[in-house]
Amino acid sequence: MGSRRALTGWGKTSPSVATVVSAGEDETMSQQVVGATGRGVLARGLGRSYGDAAQNAGGVVLDLTSRDRVLRIDVEDAVVEVEAGASLDRLMRVLLPLGLFVPVTPGTRYVTVGGAIAADIHGKNHHVDGSFGQHVTSIDLLLADGSIRRLTPHEPLFWATVGGMGLTGVILRATLRLTPVESAYCVVDTERCDDLDDLLARMTEGDDGYTYSVAWIDCLARGSSLGRSVLTRGWSARRDQLPSRLQPRATEFRPRQLAVAPPVFPSGLLNRSTVTAFNEVWFRKAPRVRRGEVQGIASFFHPLDGVGEWNRVYGPRGFLQYQFVVPFGAEDTLRRTLELLSASGLASFLAVLKRFGAAGDGHLSFPTPGWTLALDLPLGAADLGGLLDRLDAEVLAAGGRFYLAKDSRLPASAVAQMYPRLDEWRAVRAEADPRGVFTSDLARRLDL
Amino acid sequence: MKDAIGNVQRILVLGGASEIALATVRRLTEGRADAEVTLAARPGTRRADAASGLRGRGLTVTEIDLDVMDRTSYERAIGATFDVGRDVDVVLIAFGVLGDQERAWQDLDAALEMTQVNYTAAVGCGVLVAERMRAQGHGTVVAFSSVAGELPRRSNFVYGSTKAGMDAFFTGLGDAVAPDGVEVIVVRPGFVRTRMTAGLRPAPLSQTADEVAAVVVEGLRAGRDRVWAPSAMRWVMSGLRHLPRVVLRRLPI
Ligand SMILES: Cc1cc2nc3c(=O)[nH]c(=O)nc-3n(C[C@H](O)[C@H](O)[C@H](O)COP(=O)(O)OP(=O)(O)OC[C@H]3O[C@@H](n4cnc5c(N)ncnc54)[C@H](O)[C@@H]3O)c2cc1C
Repeated sequence: MGSRRALTGWGKTSPSVATVVSAGEDETMSQQVVGATGRGVLARGLGRSYGDAAQNAGGVVLDLTSRDRVLRIDVEDAVVEVEAGASLDRLMRVLLPLGLFVPVTPGTRYVTVGGAIAADIHGKNHHVDGSFGQHVTSIDLLLADGSIRRLTPHEPLFWATVGGMGLTGVILRATLRLTPVESAYCVVDTERCDDLDDLLARMTEGDDGYTYSVAWIDCLARGSSLGRSVLTRGWSARRDQLPSRLQPRATEFRPRQLAVAPPVFPSGLLNRSTVTAFNEVWFRKAPRVRRGEVQGIASFFHPLDGVGEWNRVYGPRGFLQYQFVVPFGAEDTLRRTLELLSASGLASFLAVLKRFGAAGDGHLSFPTPGWTLALDLPLGAADLGGLLDRLDAEVLAAGGRFYLAKDSRLPASAVAQMYPRLDEWRAVRAEADPRGVFTSDLARRLDL
Repeated sequence: MKDAIGNVQRILVLGGASEIALATVRRLTEGRADAEVTLAARPGTRRADAASGLRGRGLTVTEIDLDVMDRTSYERAIGATFDVGRDVDVVLIAFGVLGDQERAWQDLDAALEMTQVNYTAAVGCGVLVAERMRAQGHGTVVAFSSVAGELPRRSNFVYGSTKAGMDAFFTGLGDAVAPDGVEVIVVRPGFVRTRMTAGLRPAPLSQTADEVAAVVVEGLRAGRDRVWAPSAMRWVMSGLRHLPRVVLRRLPI
């Protein structure tokens, strides 16, 4: 049963070894949970969280990706019931031809439904549609005592599980409300913004008119061009908005992977000069303004999925993603972050900025109203740790918080300050799992 | 748990008054004052001073008795530390004696004490720590060896022989435990100006405990399995190894 293997997150940092078991039937998993040793059990999806959230050193990790059946689709009501190991890629391939789209998609399709609920993920539509958990109508959860319960949004355990990072139990199945669409395309407006003020002003004014919105910031631009960026916003395309040759197969969705990154990249390949050169080309390539462009869902939402295992380009030391949200009014924190990073010369390819709308009900859900900035940073620079520790302090002082699905380095002391409902979550979890069977490296690191 | 940057949360120092080990702890916890440190050493002012020094930096320090000549003592120290609280991210195996080199090859008691401390107890601790860390599925063992172990020399060959033995053990242990997520880093310092070497004539390339600590922490973060301190010592040692013994004997090292 299972093999002992080293696991990491997408950032390839802090490996730890666990007994990895491919998920079997409910009954089998239930026995595995009941028979767990002191090092506990954790569910894992596609391992797209960046840090140590889907690792359980010395314990059991249930790999849910073998449980990926689509159980029921109700096209009329736009509802689907799926097993938790199904990926959003799979769902899109099945659902788009039926004129249905997932309610929320992250920057990659290679996440599981279980992972999407456990991290309560957000997409480019958060400002209008909220996070993933708000579109879930039921969850079948395997609990620490081996029983399975169907949870609905009326129960506290539902909201402890949404955003609960796998620590309340194993999500086996879920029912999702879908978004009806006429095509597998989006209509996209692109604008180049000169600096941070320009960008924030455009987003504040215009975002509410779009379903989807995100900005890519060139992190190496300094001085008066600090925050120069490309803002892309759009809507799901109606059939009549497509060029006529696409209209007959408007809902066809067959994205292909173009390439896979080779396994060996030297550390330090992404340095200040290579990234500067890349960003310069990328920024110049973007149109000053372009309206009404039709883009496929894959290229609009998941540009990075075109290259498999692209995380390898960061070399053996790996990388981390630093993502926080600060409330509206704390724009200075965004500016300071960009200033400090660009001054430090640490090469971040791009930063992604989004405006969050209203928060959901998950006790530990990340999104709250404000600006969320996400940056990929390669490891290796000696001063990275100190720099991020200083940034943490600024973000926390501004009333901000960090995304646990991306985190790989926060100190335990930061969590209570960022997540005011932590104690409420702990109480619900303690009731559902008094022995602490469900645990992870993230939970150990942050004392969750 | 160790984080992506290499910050650690809990450290056990076996030989908790060792200056090099303490310098390593300071370096490893720089900027993050939330780490817990257990100092296992003989009770006394040196351990107490070490503990209060670390507490002064904001660290949470536990002191625990350790007599490495007594097997039950280190079994108890390691067991008690791993049994409660957080996972132990790093164990420093830092005890050792230098002793009187001339006595050490002529006096049975002196020879046996040196081998028991530097070799036998180090292996014993290595076995126990490895078992605990394998069960954890992660952790790093830092074994303080010495360049003296790489090359037997007239001036300190008994000490060198004990370090050669422990060095070989931890080098092999690293390979044995790697599949279980445990890392071992063997540290080979040259001459370090500490209490242990006070009164000895500093050899070329001599260094401070802080300098050794910097090399160790950099090695830890880069995931190396052995480091020399100073780093240049690696090449010096590899050069010296190829000298004929007649020449080597004449060198003032
Ligand atoms: C390129 C890229 C872009 C991304 N973009 C976004 C984005 O735009 N927005 C966003 O919100 N996130 C984004 N993410 C993060 C990603 O959406 C989340 O980390 C998500 O949780 C990954 O799902 P997974 O299936 O890979 O889960 P894993 O990484 O395997 O696990 C993540 C967490 O979910 C838990 N979990 C997984 N399955 C289950 C289950 N069946 N039952 C209980 N717990 C479970 C795990 O225990 C763990 O705590 C991105 C990640 C990448 C690599």
